[in-house]
Amino acid sequence: MTKEELKKILNDPEFQQLVKKVSTVSLGFTIAIMVIYYSFILLLAYGKDFLGQPISEGSATTIGIPIGIGVIISAWVLTGLYVLWANKNYDPMVKKLREKFGR
Amino acid sequence: MGRLKYIPLGVLLLSMPSFASGEAIVGMNPVAIAFFLFFITATLGITYWAAKRSRTATEFYAAGRSISGFQNGLALAGDYMSAASFLGIAGMVATKGYDGLIYSIGFLVGWPVIMFLIAEPLRNLGKYTFADVVAYRLKQTPIKTLAAMGSVAVVILYLIAQMVGSGKLIQLVFGIPYELAVVIIGGLMITYVLFGGMLATTWVQIIKAVLLLGGATIMTVWTLSKFGFSPENLFQSVKETVGEKWLKPGGLVSDPIDAISLGLALMFGTAGLPHILMRFYTVPDAKEARKSVFFATGFIGYFYILTFVIGFGAVVLVGLDKITSIGKGGNMAAPLLAQALGGDAFLGFIAAVAFATILAVVAGLTLAGASALSHDLYVGVFRKGQSSEEQEVKITRIAVLVLGVIAIVLGIAFKDQNIAFMVGLAFAIAASTNFPALLMSIVWKKFTTAGAVASMATGLFLSVILIILSKTVWVAILGNPEPIFPYKNPAIISMTAAFVVGILVSLMTKEPEAEEKFEEMKVRKYLGIGAE
Repeated sequence: MTKEELKKILNDPEFQQLVKKVSTVSLGFTIAIMVIYYSFILLLAYGKDFLGQPISEGSATTIGIPIGIGVIISAWVLTGLYVLWANKNYDPMVKKLREKFGR
Repeated sequence: MGRLKYIPLGVLLLSMPSFASGEAIVGMNPVAIAFFLFFITATLGITYWAAKRSRTATEFYAAGRSISGFQNGLALAGDYMSAASFLGIAGMVATKGYDGLIYSIGFLVGWPVIMFLIAEPLRNLGKYTFADVVAYRLKQTPIKTLAAMGSVAVVILYLIAQMVGSGKLIQLVFGIPYELAVVIIGGLMITYVLFGGMLATTWVQIIKAVLLLGGATIMTVWTLSKFGFSPENLFQSVKETVGEKWLKPGGLVSDPIDAISLGLALMFGTAGLPHILMRFYTVPDAKEARKSVFFATGFIGYFYILTFVIGFGAVVLVGLDKITSIGKGGNMAAPLLAQALGGDAFLGFIAAVAFATILAVVAGLTLAGASALSHDLYVGVFRKGQSSEEQEVKITRIAVLVLGVIAIVLGIAFKDQNIAFMVGLAFAIAASTNFPALLMSIVWKKFTTAGAVASMATGLFLSVILIILSKTVWVAILGNPEPIFPYKNPAIISMTAAFVVGILVSLMTKEPEAEEKFEEMKVRKYLGIGAE
């Protein structure tokens, strides 16, 4: 690819928009998983008693169990949401731009 | 090719019963041997098939980029779910309860990070190793030298830990001598990688992942069936057997800074493991790379939930005393539960699954280490990128052999050493040496060669030094009364320092070509134009 072609793509408003959008979305998702995980860690450090309570009167299951499993499931759900977003938004934009520049 | 090599192995296997000792928990169980032979025959068959398709460099390192997202998801899960996580986490749940779950969560949360920050640019920008991406717009020689050091350090530490753990496991389960177990594993691992390259390694991972997920699922359903398919009943029995303390968070997270440091190492270390990152080059494009993380995260998360039930099942159905009397840290909880559920036949099956797990993980590690030595160090540094494909593949094969022999020798040498620090150190190095440089090279325009070198050197140096000064080495191995570094994991210091040093040195140095190339790189990074 020549320098001119590269410049043309880099200066294309649609390309610039794509870069901005992808960066924002991936940053947002990263923050989401970090917030979920480190909240869990802080809860473990400062809220042990809360996590150790039974989920209802007389049950053996503690609140910590569904929360822990929930962190695992939410990690997976987040990756799923990202794939959904990327398939619906990222891929079509890439396809469009590649067609536009004949690549 | 390699047919003759298989015969001595067969002889070795057939002669194993004579080594059986009384203390083995399976011994030479016919079901275990049958599954064992079935797995070895199947994987060697695949290696033979793959050998014909592993001639070019792209075929050897990246399976010809022919693996689908779903298959790679299974293979990634296979690479990540080691025997240590299967036996170790189930054992930790059995002996410590809820804390085992906390530990497994830490191992999972790195996967979304790989997805959101690394997977797509890595696939679009690199060729065979993550060092390709760091060196994309910076100077090849210094970057590839340090990145190869980071990769090899992680691979060797991880390999020793796996080798020692698996030698002990096989000794305990089958009753064969430790040294022989290490040699068998090393020999099979070398055979897969040497002849079958990434294609054989990937299929070994896939078979192993299916076996492990299948075996763990059967065990979980079987366990739950004893409790009327109600987790609450299971937890109730846990409470009655060992007390409600098992169902509450315990001592694992007592110091928040230590916990955050461990969390950082696990979360970002996963995104810096060379054998995991290398897998992204086996898929055709960024879309499949992204899909593979989704499947991998699902499989691994599901697996950790299963180990939670298995650990609790073991404590109720096997009993804590029996678990702690056999195998350190409760490592035998899962095999013992298998025996309690389905007798020797099911135990044999689970033991064979654990064996397959070990083999697959060490094969993946060896390939990643060999790629760093040949693709990054030999081709990238010594030949300045000028090497024929045949020559490169030849050097990789030599590197596989060398690494394999080193793994066997160190595996035997570290037999009675305390190696508890090794996996922690591998993750700390991955999080502090590989991850910061990789991330900054992808996202930060002003990142320079000097900055990257300083960042990687700082990360590597600090993670090694701080581990030595921490409790796991300074007290437990060197016998000093008090650790100099107060935390168990150095990541909070070493990773932060790697970022800070990388940023400061980059700001102090200017590299206009690198900045210009960053702009051009965007086209390939986001659109995949020009990607390998």
